[in-house]
Amino acid sequence: MEKINVKIEGRVYSVDKNMTVLEAARSVGFNIPTLCYWNHGKNSLASCRVCLVEIRTARGGRLFASCVYPVADIPAEKGFEVLISSPMATAARKASVELLLSNHSKDCQTCVKNGQCELLEVAKVTGAEDNRFLGEKTPTTYDDVAPGIIRDTSKCILCGRCIERCKEAQGIGILGFERRGFKTIVAPAANRSFAKVPCLQCGQCINVCPTGALSEKREITKVDAAMAAGKKVIVQVAPAVRAALAEEFGYKIGELNATGKMVAALHRLGFYRVFDVNFGADLTIMEEATELLHRIKNKGVLPQITSCSPGWINYMEYFYSDLIPNVSTCKSPHEMQGAITKSYFAKKHDLDPKDLFVVSVMPCTAKKYEAKRPQNAAVEHLPDVDAVITTRELAAMIKRAGILFRELPEEEFDDDLLGEYTGAGVIFGVTGGVMEAALRTAYHALTGKEYGPIEFHEVRGFKSVRDAEIDIDGTKVKVAVASGMAEAHVLLDEIRAGKSPYAFIEIMCCPGGCINGGGQPFVKPSLKPEEGADILETYRQKRADILYGIDERKTIRQSHNNPDIKRLYEDFLGEPCSELSEELLHTSYVSDRPCFPED
Amino acid sequence: MAIRPEVVADVKSICASVKNEPSPLMIVLSTVQKKYGYIPLELQEVISAEMGIPVAEIYGVVTFYSFFSLEPKGKYVVGICLGTACYVKNSQAVIDKFQTLLGVKEGETTPDGLFTVEAVRCMGACALAPAMSVNGKVYSKVTPNDVDKIIAEYKSLEA
Amino acid sequence: MERITSKEVLSTCIDKYTKEFEGKIKGEGGKRAIVVCGGTGCLANDSAAIQEELEKLIKEHGLQDKVTINHVGCFGFCSQGPFVKIFPEDTLYRGVTVKDCKQIVEDDLLGGKICENLLYVDPTTHEKVVRQDDINFYKKQVRVALHGCSLINPDLLEESLGLDGFKALKKVLTEMTPQQVIDEVIASGLRGRGGGGFPTGRKWQFAANVQADQKYVVCNGDEGDPGAFMDRSILEGNPFQVIEGMMIAGYAYGASEGYFYVRAEYPIAVERLQHAIKDMEEAGLLGDNILGTGFSFRAHLRLGAGAFVCGEETALLNSIEGKRGMPRPRPPFPAIKGLWGKPTCVNNVETLATVPYILRVGAAEFAKMGTEGSKGTKVFALGGKINNVGLVEVPMGTTLRTLIYEIGGGIPGGKAFKAIQTGGPSGGCLTEKDLDTPIDYDTLVARGSMMGSGGAIVMDEDNCMVDVAHFYMDFICSESCGKCSPCRIGTKRLYEMLTDVVEGRGTEKTLSDMKELANVIKAGSLCALGQTAANPILSTMNSFPEEYAAHVNEKKCPAHVCKGLMQYLIDPAKCMGCTLCARNCPVSCIAAGTEPVTVRPLPNKFVHVIDQSKCIKCGTCMSNCHFGAIHKD
Repeated sequence: MEKINVKIEGRVYSVDKNMTVLEAARSVGFNIPTLCYWNHGKNSLASCRVCLVEIRTARGGRLFASCVYPVADIPAEKGFEVLISSPMATAARKASVELLLSNHSKDCQTCVKNGQCELLEVAKVTGAEDNRFLGEKTPTTYDDVAPGIIRDTSKCILCGRCIERCKEAQGIGILGFERRGFKTIVAPAANRSFAKVPCLQCGQCINVCPTGALSEKREITKVDAAMAAGKKVIVQVAPAVRAALAEEFGYKIGELNATGKMVAALHRLGFYRVFDVNFGADLTIMEEATELLHRIKNKGVLPQITSCSPGWINYMEYFYSDLIPNVSTCKSPHEMQGAITKSYFAKKHDLDPKDLFVVSVMPCTAKKYEAKRPQNAAVEHLPDVDAVITTRELAAMIKRAGILFRELPEEEFDDDLLGEYTGAGVIFGVTGGVMEAALRTAYHALTGKEYGPIEFHEVRGFKSVRDAEIDIDGTKVKVAVASGMAEAHVLLDEIRAGKSPYAFIEIMCCPGGCINGGGQPFVKPSLKPEEGADILETYRQKRADILYGIDERKTIRQSHNNPDIKRLYEDFLGEPCSELSEELLHTSYVSDRPCFPED
Repeated sequence: MAIRPEVVADVKSICASVKNEPSPLMIVLSTVQKKYGYIPLELQEVISAEMGIPVAEIYGVVTFYSFFSLEPKGKYVVGICLGTACYVKNSQAVIDKFQTLLGVKEGETTPDGLFTVEAVRCMGACALAPAMSVNGKVYSKVTPNDVDKIIAEYKSLEA
Repeated sequence: MERITSKEVLSTCIDKYTKEFEGKIKGEGGKRAIVVCGGTGCLANDSAAIQEELEKLIKEHGLQDKVTINHVGCFGFCSQGPFVKIFPEDTLYRGVTVKDCKQIVEDDLLGGKICENLLYVDPTTHEKVVRQDDINFYKKQVRVALHGCSLINPDLLEESLGLDGFKALKKVLTEMTPQQVIDEVIASGLRGRGGGGFPTGRKWQFAANVQADQKYVVCNGDEGDPGAFMDRSILEGNPFQVIEGMMIAGYAYGASEGYFYVRAEYPIAVERLQHAIKDMEEAGLLGDNILGTGFSFRAHLRLGAGAFVCGEETALLNSIEGKRGMPRPRPPFPAIKGLWGKPTCVNNVETLATVPYILRVGAAEFAKMGTEGSKGTKVFALGGKINNVGLVEVPMGTTLRTLIYEIGGGIPGGKAFKAIQTGGPSGGCLTEKDLDTPIDYDTLVARGSMMGSGGAIVMDEDNCMVDVAHFYMDFICSESCGKCSPCRIGTKRLYEMLTDVVEGRGTEKTLSDMKELANVIKAGSLCALGQTAANPILSTMNSFPEEYAAHVNEKKCPAHVCKGLMQYLIDPAKCMGCTLCARNCPVSCIAAGTEPVTVRPLPNKFVHVIDQSKCIKCGTCMSNCHFGAIHKD
């Protein structure tokens, strides 16, 4: 890498020539506050003016946004100097924040972002004074109509990160700037509700929002109410949650497999049963692998596409509903597990399903809509899952209950009919995981023996679209894995064009899969400088490693070998894709859906 | 509001006609605005589908430029120049008078759909200050006392 | 028009049409030529109908073979329009109406008698002036950028070729290397006429130094400064000259595509430009292998859509790219990374219009005009409280006094000069003490204003400078793109503070807060719009502190403009009790009082009184009173 000398605060440093002033400063030990800057300049509008520094020459100093200014233009040899703490720069950064605050909602104490707000952080760092500027505020919109996401423009600072994120991750550009000047807002076209536009509810926008302008629609009060009403509240936790929950309690990303402590916390929160959605994942594999083999055997519609990701299902129903025949009819794991809880589990324990209340803890905001789909109400028209809370909401509940997470012992999921799970179920939480789990079981189904190396490394990794040719005892099967709809759609276009070479495709809506879901703890470099400057490149791998680690340590690593699953089929369902399975575990899709149907 | 199918077809053909231009969104929007007087969301959806640009982005462009309008304008668009040369010669009083007499604010259209009152930024007719126009017809050296007459001129066309 | 495929054909054409054009002006063969102003100002005053009427009358009198008639671009002296000029005598008729046409045809064309009543009358000497060049307004002007405006028919390529058109292009393409062109422009000292004043040649050099598969020339015709219309007049008057300038720029740094970005508010300019491009394409002057030299160039036209900020070059580029006109951070500068990421120089209309002149006469000749740091001429749009409203082009370094009094004819109505705002909403005001300063880029900045695009609005004693600053702040607020926080929120806050001042709620603290915030916006904003947004406030606070003080301390507006700080009063000694004011009051807040009128006692006539609590300060009463009994306080 070519180097350049840059003078920062009186000293000359040698830095990479292609860096911005901000990157150079950070690399030599200075932190400059930022707001609109995100992910190494993937979103740098240079608009918030919170990272202003003074760039001085013999002719005097001027302020520039450090997040976009190239160091290549200001070599020390030509007399340029960067001043971060000059009176001019300090005052300008402070004033920028104060101006933002003057047009910002002031309910910080009760804001969902309390403690994780980047605006408050830069206010603290810059020493901004409240109420220095007062005046009229931009007319605001509060949209809580959509099932998963709330938009509150009174807290929006127009950084534009969400706009970029939506385009970059999903390629649909639901959000945009509209109007101009002081009236500018960020909104879906015509400031409509998220419920009235083809929003996937994936929540990627929430993850990058520096303030509380975007947040998940919380369902904690629903859980509270069920408990208060004396229902038997059963909680089930998705695999990806354990990979990130600890981050909410001060652990570094990837530091702790939170399974044991999480289960202990859930026990202390008073849930009737604490189950693992990994069981549901194993069940999904049984059904989905069988469905795939049926399709192959009976020359059915191929490729088959996974259906676990509700964001992807939303996308498919809006834009590719002609591919419904390709999409597996399997419900997603937590929905399957909810249906089994309200049927098999209730029956075994002689409980009335009406008295059961199933709560899913998910890394996902789109699951909140999935749980509300009328197609997902198998038992007596009761919803398979009654409430969905995100990883962040679970953390909030744990904190509210005064539970000292770090002090908790490690506890086991409840061993009650749905207790056992396999390594195959765990890796559902990362892109490629469903594919790998399915291949392990399909291999067994086709060959009658286990795949020796167990792991299929061909389908791992974080490239948005990957494909592999799997040799199943001489039979070559082409598969593909994709995450993030911005890239995944090329696989769909291939199918549409009749050119898809694949038999099986896994699609996850969020880039990297569920570990990076819209309900996961925030990865905010500016709030967690100790995570390192490259955290946005590495956090997904770090979370994935936790899941792969659990899989590795499991003795049972194939879904078909889960004893509880075997018993479920023996005692209740019969066999995968049986009539009863179809009734409880399979769902249907809607063509050209009108966004979100009214409640 | 339902958009007539022939309008949709026409907007599609407008999009098709500029296919070879680089970044032709502004051309399409200007053409639609000129032809239909406004660019409702429904037409933006059509343009979005034709050009493969997210509708949020198109809406962002439409609401950025004051020439584009989301709602139909009145039959007579009264534009009063608020350029500096006109302002220092008291064109604000002319706007005020229009607002009072028509009972609408700047940018609004009368309930009968006849008049839209707009403040324009410099028509470049500074020698005629204060200048104003009705559907492009320019009136020069307008005083508040002329406003009655000008309104009456167009109302009489409707009688 | 024949196809001009080589240098030789071009030379032949230039010779042929120059001869024709000169013949027309000189009246060869006993023919006379009439030109009618077809600029926006005159068209608004019916000049198109005047031309039609003249054509009709000429036909009726069987003069078709003896008289030609066509429209031309702006004469510049807009307050005196519409203009009709007759060659070879060079008689200039002003303020012509359709009714006057008969007289022009019968008296002048047929009778050979000048229509005295249509001549310009010098306001000081009261003498009638026949020839355009003898009018004071024109005497001190030097037309470089406005070359050809009001002379050639802007819709005829032939007339352009007849008046110096494409001589520079021919020279550049056939005799000069691209680097020589850049060197010549650098040597001329030409600086961008759009506002910033960056040296044009250096900008071209930056773009020339970048290797790229594609480069662009962009002509900025998004003249947003309210009160400025030089770009419009140039495009309306001689679009060919601007295209020629654009092509020279393209040749100089290796661009083969040019984009004009013109305000949609300028339909006539757009139409003529479109027409000119088409004619040049047909003649082979635009397209591939121009003049057989291997140089190819295409010109395209894109329209603005009503956003002042698009005059800022990076916002303009975004607008061409079909995006919201929000400025981009610089660096990278457009010359390195501009339109669609390619090297692009954004040049103002007036700049490009000046380029052919420089290449035609040489840098040295051009640099003879102007001051040390600012060479050549500058077009100003004189407006506001000045007698001779219009466009003037003067050498850099002309004083404001010359501009306002000699060319502009002073302030109407015997009022006192108060200030002149240059640079539009980004500029500042200059006062009495600056009148003898030679104006150029640097002197204006030194005095707290700027050249801007050349808008120059004169204000007299009836204008309140706080109100003017408020007007500009309102303008900036509604034109801020909303991207960066200092401009989006800061200008709003500044406007709110200033509103407090003009409505009587301001205090000394408001003033100091305003200054502080103004400096924050200036230093911290992303683009030039924000960085200069506070200039009108800072410069008026600087030049007229006593007016601000009166607003906040005495709660008075000395010029009686700010409605919250003034009232209309009826003088009992003058009121006739005629009820005219009461009948015209839109809010019925005037009624007869109890005092009988005294000026001329009449039964049942009472002095009228204004209910100040209901008065909306519209001034209708005052303009209706026949007896001068109503005044402002």
